[in-house]
Amino acid sequence: MTRHDKPSTLSRRAMLETGGALVVSIGMPIGLDTVLAIGAADAQGVAAKPPLTPDQLSSYIAVNGDGTVAAFFGKMDMGHGLHVAIGQMVAEELDVPFGSVKVFMGDTATSVNQGGASGSTGIQFGGKQMRMAAAEARRVLVEMAAAKLSLASDGLTVVDGVVQSKADPARKASYAELIGGRYFNVTLDWNKQFGNPLYAPGKAQPKKPAEYKIVGRPIKREDVAPMAFAQTDFCTDVKLPGMVHGRMLRPAVAGSVPVKVDEGAIKDIPGAKVVWKNGFLGVVADREWDAIKAMSRLKVEWSQVPPPFPPQATLYDVIRKSAVRKRTVEKEVGNVEDAFKSAARVIEAEYEWPFQSHASMGPACALVEVKDGAATCFTGSQKSHFVQAGIAATLGLPPEKVHVKWMVGPGSYGRNDADDCAVDAAVLSQAVGKPVRLQYMRDQGTGWDPKGPASIHRARMAFDAAGNITGYEFTSKGFSRVDVNTNGGTPWDVLAGQTQGVALQSGDGFGVPGESYEFANKRLAWETVPPLLDRASPLRSAHLRDPVGPQIHFASESFMDEVAAALQLDPIEFRLRHVKDARDIAAIKAAAEKFGWQSRPSPQRQTGVKVTGRGIAYAQRGGTRVAVIAEVEVDRSSGKIYARRFVVAHDCGQIINPDGLAKAIEGNIVQGISRTLWEEVKFDDKAVTTVDWVSYPILDITETPERIETVLIDRPEIAPSGAGEPSIRPVAAAIANAIFDATGVRMRRVPFSPDRVRQSMA
Amino acid sequence: MAQNFALNVNGRVHTVDADPDMPLLYALRDDIGLNNPHFGCGLAQCGACTVHLDGQAIRSCITPVSAVGNAKIVTLAGLGTPEKPHPLQTAYAQEQVPQCGYCINGWIMTAAAFLRDKKKPTDAEIKTALEGLKCRCGTHMGIMRAVRRAAEMMG
Repeated sequence: MTRHDKPSTLSRRAMLETGGALVVSIGMPIGLDTVLAIGAADAQGVAAKPPLTPDQLSSYIAVNGDGTVAAFFGKMDMGHGLHVAIGQMVAEELDVPFGSVKVFMGDTATSVNQGGASGSTGIQFGGKQMRMAAAEARRVLVEMAAAKLSLASDGLTVVDGVVQSKADPARKASYAELIGGRYFNVTLDWNKQFGNPLYAPGKAQPKKPAEYKIVGRPIKREDVAPMAFAQTDFCTDVKLPGMVHGRMLRPAVAGSVPVKVDEGAIKDIPGAKVVWKNGFLGVVADREWDAIKAMSRLKVEWSQVPPPFPPQATLYDVIRKSAVRKRTVEKEVGNVEDAFKSAARVIEAEYEWPFQSHASMGPACALVEVKDGAATCFTGSQKSHFVQAGIAATLGLPPEKVHVKWMVGPGSYGRNDADDCAVDAAVLSQAVGKPVRLQYMRDQGTGWDPKGPASIHRARMAFDAAGNITGYEFTSKGFSRVDVNTNGGTPWDVLAGQTQGVALQSGDGFGVPGESYEFANKRLAWETVPPLLDRASPLRSAHLRDPVGPQIHFASESFMDEVAAALQLDPIEFRLRHVKDARDIAAIKAAAEKFGWQSRPSPQRQTGVKVTGRGIAYAQRGGTRVAVIAEVEVDRSSGKIYARRFVVAHDCGQIINPDGLAKAIEGNIVQGISRTLWEEVKFDDKAVTTVDWVSYPILDITETPERIETVLIDRPEIAPSGAGEPSIRPVAAAIANAIFDATGVRMRRVPFSPDRVRQSMA
Repeated sequence: MAQNFALNVNGRVHTVDADPDMPLLYALRDDIGLNNPHFGCGLAQCGACTVHLDGQAIRSCITPVSAVGNAKIVTLAGLGTPEKPHPLQTAYAQEQVPQCGYCINGWIMTAAAFLRDKKKPTDAEIKTALEGLKCRCGTHMGIMRAVRRAAEMMG
C-alpha cells in the first residue's frame, strides 16, 4: 500500500496494467518501488473473501458490482435507527451518496463481534470503528484509482463514489470499476479486542467535521414505512421447512424441577413431543396452537422445594441486612470519615428501587435449526455473537458451526428474555431433530425475564458549623447487575444451562453516580448482595436499560435536591455551585433556559388538591451529559402523578442524526416516566406474580406528557458518545424533585404509584 | 376436533383447518401466512394482534376462529399499501413513530377505526380512544403526532 508520491515514477507498464488508455507526458524508467506499489495496489481487491476477522477491512466494508456499499456491522439497532447513523458515517467517509450504503447488522456470518447492542455504544464504539473502516476503504480506493489513472493520489478527489482528478474531472474511475464485486484485501491495525472495545483503524484519517455533508443531517429511517405496511419480517415471523413450534414449562415454585412427566394428556396432539433434561422441560408440536395446548395439558409433578423468596414487604430490609458479597469504592477524595466525625451537621437519606422487568412488547422468540452438527438461529437478541457462543457451548458444537442471525425482535432494552429463548430453542431443536420456533408466553416473558436489580441507596452530607459542605458519601447496595451476564454467551448465563444443572458463576457489578460534584471529601461506592435464589431464578438480575443508572441517580439527584432544600437554595443554583465540569454546567443551564426556570428554593407552599411543581436532575453517562427538568401535577387526593412537561438538554458530543437522537430521547423519557410511576416486580414466596400488563402496568397513552422539549447540544469536534440510555437516567429524580416542589413531600421509594403517593401525602 | 373455516381476509377467502377454539391470530399468522398481526400477550391486554372485524378493531389473540363467521377481516397489510396508503400509514412513516415497531398493529388498526368515525378529534379524545394499548419503547409522543397528522389528512 505504498503511495504514489511522485507522478514522475509512474510508468508505461503501470499505464498498461491499469488500462493503458491514458497519456502521461513522462518517460522515466521503471523504479522498483513503483512495481511493488502497483502489485500492492492490485492486491487490494481480491475475488476470494479474506477471513471474517476484525483485522480485515473486508469484514466491515464491501463495494458491490454496481458501486453500492455494504457495511457489515457487529452491533444492531434496537429501535433508534442506529443503522441510519452508521450508514451516514460510512457514506460520509467513503464519499458516496447516503442511499447507496446498506448496513447489515448482527449476523455472525457477515460481521465480527463488535459487542452487539450494548451500553449505548452503537455510535460511540461501533460507529467509531465503521467510520475508520470507511475512511480506510476510501484511502485504498483512491490509491487504486491513482494506479489505474496513473495520477498522484493527492491530486484525486471522490465525488459520489467516483474517484476523479481534481484538475481534470474527466479522468476518473468509479468504486465499481475499481473493486466492485471483489473484496478489500487490506489488513487493519486491530487492537486484539472483541466486543465493545474492538478497534481496528487503517492508515486513513477520518474527515474533519467541517467537511461533513451527510453526518449531522436528520435523515429518516427507511424501515418505518415497511413496518407500517406490514412488510417487515420480525424474528417472530421467520419460517423454515419442517419447522415445529415449541413452548417451555416453568415451575410454580422457583427452584423446583420436574420429577415426573405424564405425556398421556398430549398424546393425541399432532407431533407433540416432550423434551425433558433435568430441570429443562419443553414441548413441541406441529402447529403453534397445539404447542400451547400441549404446554397447558402436560401433567408434571414438580420437586418439593422450600419456597425461596422472602415476603415482598421485607425486600429492602433483606438487602439492608444481607452480607455484602463485593464492595467497590469507585471514587474517593480527601478523608470522608474525618469529615463526618467532625461535622457540625449531617443530612442523610435512604432511597429504594424495586426489581423491574424488561416486559418487552412481545415475549422472546427464536427459531433454531440444529442439523448435521451445525445450528442456525434467528433471534431478536442484542448479542448475536454471544448467543453463538452460548448455543455452541450448551449444545456441544464448535462456535464456527453456529450461525446466529439477528432480526428485529419484539423490543429489547438490555439483557431481556431473548438470549434465554434462543438457547432454549436450540436445545429443543437438537432434541427433536427439526427446526423449532419457540416463543415464550406473556407470563414467561414478564415473569421469567432477567430483572433490573432491586437496590437501596444511602447518601449523607456533612457540614461544618458555618454551613459549608465538608463531606459527601453515596453508597448503593443491591443485587448485582450481572448476576447473569449481559448476554447468553455461556450455559450458566441462560435458563437452558441453569435448568440443566451447570455450575453457576454469578458476577458482581453495580455502579456509582455519573456527575462532577466537587467536594473536598467525597466517596462513591457500591455493594452487591447474593441473589435470593442461585439457580433458574425469575429474580436473577442483569442489565435493564441504563443498567442501575435510574436507581442510582434517582437517589443521588434526589439527595442533592434534599440538601438544596435544607439550605433553602434553588436546586439549580445549588448544583451550579458544586458541579465542576463545563459541559455539565452547559447542559444544566441550557435546560433551565429552555424551561424558563425561575430561581427559588423548593418546596412551594401550595394548598389545594391539585398542585404543580418542577424538578431538575442531571447526570453523565459514558461521556454524555443530560439535564432533565420535569413539570408534574400531583393530585393529593387520588395520589395520581401527571408528568406533564419535560425539557431535556442533551450533549453527546458530535451529533450524527438529530432526528434519530430526538426520538431516542423521547423514548427514554417516556419509558423513564413509566418505570418511575408504575413499574415494580412483585413476588410471593414461590415466584414472581407480576406476569402480564395488568399486574405489571406501564405508562398508558392517557398519561403521555403534553410536551417533551429537547435541546440538542452539538459538539462536532468531540467524538460522539451514546444516546440510547443516558436520558432515562435522571427522569425519576426529576419527577421526585418536582413532586417535592409541588407538595413538600419527599418520595424515596419507586414506583410513585397512586397508592404510595397518597400514603406519602397523608 | 379440527374443522374447516372459511375466513375472508383482506378481500380474499381462505379455508383454514383448525381447532374451533384456536384464536384467529394463529390462523392469520401460521395458516394464511400474514406475519402481521403479532403475538404480544394472548390476553387482549396490549393490542399487538389487532385486526378489523367488519370494521371494528378487535384482538385476534382471544377471538376464537369459530367466532368469526362471515365477518370481513382486515389486517394492517390490508388497510393500505405503499401505492394506496391509509393516512395513518403515511403519518406513521412521516412521523417516524416506531422504535421496535412490534406494537404497530394495535395503534394503527385501533386509530383507523376511531378516525373513520370521529373527525377532528381532540388530543383527549385520541388518548381515550387508544387507552390500554401498549408501547414498551415509549413512542407515545410520536403516536400522538401521527394520529393528529392522519386526522388532519382525513379532514
